[in-house]
Formats: sequence, structure tokens, C-alpha cells
Amino acid sequence: MDKRVDILIVGGGPAGLAAAVAAKKSGADRILILERDEELGGILNQCIHNGFGLHTFKEELTGPEYASRYIWQVEELGIPYLLQTIVIDISASEAVKLVTAINKENGIFTIEAKAVVLAMGCRERSRGALNIPGYRPAGIYSAGTAQRYVNMEGRMPGKEVVVLGSGDIGLIMARRMTLEGAKVKMVAELMPYSGGLKRNIVQCLEDYGIPLKLSHTVIDIDGRERVKGVTVAEADENRKPIPGTEEYISCDTLLLSCGLIPENELSVGLGVSLNPVTAGPVVNESLETSVEGVFACGNVLHVHDLVDYVSEEACSAGEHAAAYARGGRPAEEHKVTLKCAGGVRYTVPSLICVERIDKEQVVRFRVGSVYKDVFLTVYYNNTVVIKQKKRVLLPGEMEQIKLKKVEMEKFPDLKTITVAIEREG
Amino acid sequence: MASMDKKELICICCPIGCVITVTSHEDGTLDVKGNSCKRGEEYANKELTAPTRIVTTTVRVRGASRPVVPVKTKCDIPKDKVMECIKALKEIEVTPPIRLGETIVANVADTGVDIVATKAVE
Ligand SMILES: Cc1cc2nc3c(=O)[nH]c(=O)nc-3n(C[C@H](O)[C@H](O)[C@H](O)COP(=O)(O)OP(=O)(O)OC[C@H]3O[C@@H](n4cnc5c(N)ncnc54)[C@H](O)[C@@H]3O)c2cc1C
Ligand code: SF4
Repeated sequence: MDKRVDILIVGGGPAGLAAAVAAKKSGADRILILERDEELGGILNQCIHNGFGLHTFKEELTGPEYASRYIWQVEELGIPYLLQTIVIDISASEAVKLVTAINKENGIFTIEAKAVVLAMGCRERSRGALNIPGYRPAGIYSAGTAQRYVNMEGRMPGKEVVVLGSGDIGLIMARRMTLEGAKVKMVAELMPYSGGLKRNIVQCLEDYGIPLKLSHTVIDIDGRERVKGVTVAEADENRKPIPGTEEYISCDTLLLSCGLIPENELSVGLGVSLNPVTAGPVVNESLETSVEGVFACGNVLHVHDLVDYVSEEACSAGEHAAAYARGGRPAEEHKVTLKCAGGVRYTVPSLICVERIDKEQVVRFRVGSVYKDVFLTVYYNNTVVIKQKKRVLLPGEMEQIKLKKVEMEKFPDLKTITVAIEREG
Repeated sequence: MASMDKKELICICCPIGCVITVTSHEDGTLDVKGNSCKRGEEYANKELTAPTRIVTTTVRVRGASRPVVPVKTKCDIPKDKVMECIKALKEIEVTPPIRLGETIVANVADTGVDIVATKAVE
């Protein structure tokens, strides 16, 4: 094994794979992917439903099929990878990054890399984060764990199911468990809107007559050894249960689908600054973190719902990592800060160096609540440069807007770019 | 030509989930608006006449490192055939090696559509 590489990629999910392929195609040579699982593909291996890649491949693929398209490219390009290898530490000294990993064959070992791409993905918020009182009986699973059981290990977590939280994995598992013969009694969502995609509400719940109760939450879990039932209550606008609305529902399984958080322990250890809104690294136009030569993409950067965007973003991170490893990037002269206003929660990137943009810069963002018939406005300093009408903007769906370099260059004193949601007619 | 009926649908063909408005005219033609690509128009037409779905599930595998292999219907099948399709797949078991895209069941539930593997199993 090569102990010195140009680009080391942490994680072999769709983000890591696309970053590796793009880095190789833009001329980088010594690339290594480290993946802790026994196969490449990341979370896509358990996402057996269709709907992946329609925009990248003009074909509607399932998760494993989408992953194979990239795995083939990695194999074809001869990009080396190590499986069942966990990265446990990353540090940076001067221009060199030291990545420490562990596997059965080599024990603990360290690899020196010019550039590192963080592509560790995300994990699910756990029940601990939810504050449901009571015992911890068997039968409570995160929706992702249940997905792995059913789709990869071929076993069912239970027969009568209540899903708390309407994230996509929860919606998809409501359908999946129904198809496998379980009775899914309801999906309860604390917020007045669903956290999942509309298409999943249609094809996973409505198709099977599974009720979605918005502004409802589980306030009690019955059962000591195994879940026997849950008490669901309506929540008021402050998300507090309304007395008198309690309803007991018998079930043997409670699935939690309460959102995902980027997996950034390694990044924090390395000294990368995180954005408190996304829980992912703060990045610039090159998707480079606050530590020079360390890039981030995919769910470790911010939680995505469209894998096509993950691949696109990762491709850009891979190209920038290759440019960094090659050396001779244009100097950072003209730095612009991205700001959010009127309901935009965050932007990725949050810093742009105009010289380092190729032709255009993709800015991805999410909004904080449901907006109807609004304008998405982009300001360069105080001047409106883009104004798009939007029929609906949903917190569950990532938006993106493209900014052209030529437009930016028309503002020689450009300091801030503001992305805002505005109501006005 | 008088508009008869206006319906709002959400395109389920990809995660963008365009909101599609379909206006049915008296002469039976449909006017589809709001879709961002051609798929959306096809979907809206089908959803109002004969709704279909792609089915994804797993089939048991004997003697491989994982006990199941993911599969899908090669294209969409009538929505009311979904459960029958699932039932037919519960009754079978396959043995490795399985190639990606290999036919697992031909003409599932008499739909004329094949079930194919979505992952290779060594
Ligand atoms: C449980 C779950 C289910 C999901 N289901 C869906 C779905 O049904 N549909 C959908 O569109 N999206 C789904 N998503 C979102 C999905 O994660 C993204 O679409 C996409 O897979 C993100 O790609 P990624 O490469 O950033 O992350 P991942 O696919 O999560 O890949 C990250 C990879 O990094 C590896 N890794 C992490 N830490 C280390 C380390 N220290 N050392 C070595 N390797 C490491 C992991 O093993 C993993 O393979 C799901 C997410 C989760 C968490
Ligand atoms: S119309 Fe096209 S872009 Fe819109 S949801 Fe359907 S497939 Fe996706």
C-alpha cells in the first residue's frame, strides 16, 4: 500500500466515489478511498427503491444501481480503495495531511496526503435527541436501521408499526414494511409540514392509505420488554402536546425518522470550522473547509435529499482537490461573503473567491419554513441581480441557484452576495 | 373549448416532485402544466387514465453473504397489480451468482413485465 497519496478520500459512498472519479479525470494520479463498510456505495446499498439519478443518467435507478454506475467507473479508472478500513484521525501539518486509519490487515497505519476529501455522510438523529420519557423497550428503531434490516439482512423489525417523524427514510420504510406484510398505523410529524419529499408522501403513504398526522407527536411509549403501544397527541404551535388530544395506538414497533446529522467528529478533530445551521463544515467556492487542502462534499457537508446533487457537488470537490494537489491555484484576491436573508437558513458555500470560480458557481440552500408565491432574490452588494418567482419552497427540499462569474466580475467591489426570500408582488 | 376539470398532481418520477396541473377538456384531451420535463407529462397522463408504479423489493437468496437481493420491475406495472407482484416474489428463492439486471421472474403477475436484480451477488 502506498503510504503517500495526492488525494485521500474518506468514505466510499456516492460522494466519495464521485469525488474520486472527478479527481482522476482532471488529472490527479495517486488517489485512495478508505471505506469502513464491507462494500463501496454507502447508504445507497440499503436504499433499494427507485428514483435515483434521473437527471444524471436519464434513467430512473434504484440506490444500488446508481452506486454501481460509480463503482464501475472507480474500477475502470483503476482507483485504489480499501474496505473495512476506518479512518480514526486526520491532522494537518503545513501542507501535509496525516490520515490515520485502522483495518484487520494492517492494524493502525498513517497515510500522508496532499489533499483530503471528507465524504463520511451522515447519521440519523437518535431517540436520545427526542426526549421521550419512559423505559427503553425493544421495538424502537431508527428508520435507517430498519431499512438495513429489511433490505440487506432480510428480517422484519415488527408487525404493527407507528412511524414518528416524516423524513424520507421514514416514509419509504412505511411503504416497505407495508409491502412486507406489516400494518403501518400512522406517521406522526411534530411539525405542521412534512420533512420528506412530496413524491414520497404520494407514493409511500397515500398509495397505501397510511395516515400522515401533522402537528402530532408521540408522548408516551407503553411496554417494558417490548413496545406494546404508543400515545400520540396533537401539538400546538409551540410544539407542546395539547391536553385532551391523546390517543393510544397499539403497536409492536416504533420507527424514528427524525432527520439526519452530518458525521463530523473527524472534521472537528482536524480543526475544521462547522456551520451551526448545517452541522457541516464551512466551505468556500472550492468546497474547501477552513483547513487548506481539506474538502468536503455530500451529506457530511449538508444533508441532501437528491443523490444527483451529491454527485454533482462531489465532482466539484474532487476537481478542486485535484487542482490543489497539482498546485498553482490562482491566489485568493477577491473574497466575497455569502449571506442569507428572509427565511434562507444557510448557503453552501458561504465564501467565494471569484478568481477560483470556473464559469459559474452553484449555491445550494434550504429555507426555514413553507413559502408560497415568493421571490428568490440574489443581491450583489445592494443590487438585485437575480429575481425568480417560486411557487413553493419547502424546508424538506434543497434549492440551488447558479451564479455566473461574468456577472460577478461586473462588480469590482463585490463584498457580499445575499440570497433572500422576499414576499412582495 | 370549455375547460371541464382541473386537477393538481405531484409528479413522483423524480425527487424534484413538480406540482402538475392537468386540465381535462371536453373532447377528452388533457392539458398538462407545471412539469419540468417530459416524464412529468407522461406521468400525469397515466395517473389520470391508468396509474402505474415501479415496484422495488427483495427476493430471498440461498447461500450468499447476504440473505436477500434487491429487485425491481423492469418498468412500471398497473398500480392494482403491486400486491400480487409482491406476493409472487415472496414465494421464490434464487441462488448466486446473480448479475445486475438479470431477470429473476419473467412476466410477473401476468403484467408482461420482468423482475430484474438491481445488485450483483457473487
Ligand atoms: C439511513 C439513511 C438512509 C437514507 N435513505 C435515503 C433514501 O432512501 N433516498 C435518498 O435519496 N437518500 C437517502 N439518504 C440520503 C443519502 O445519504 C444521500 O442521498 C447519499 O447517499 C449521501 O452520500 P454520501 O456519500 O454523502 O454519504 P453515505 O452514502 O452515507 O456514504 C458515506 C460513507 O462514508 C463511510 N464512512 C463514514 N465514516 C467513515 C470513516 N471514519 N472511515 C471510513 N469510512 C467512513 C460510510 O461507511 C459510508 O459508506 C439516506 C441517508 C441515511 C443516513
Ligand atoms: S416533471 Fe420531470 S423534473 Fe418534475 S418531478 Fe417529474 S420527472 Fe422530476
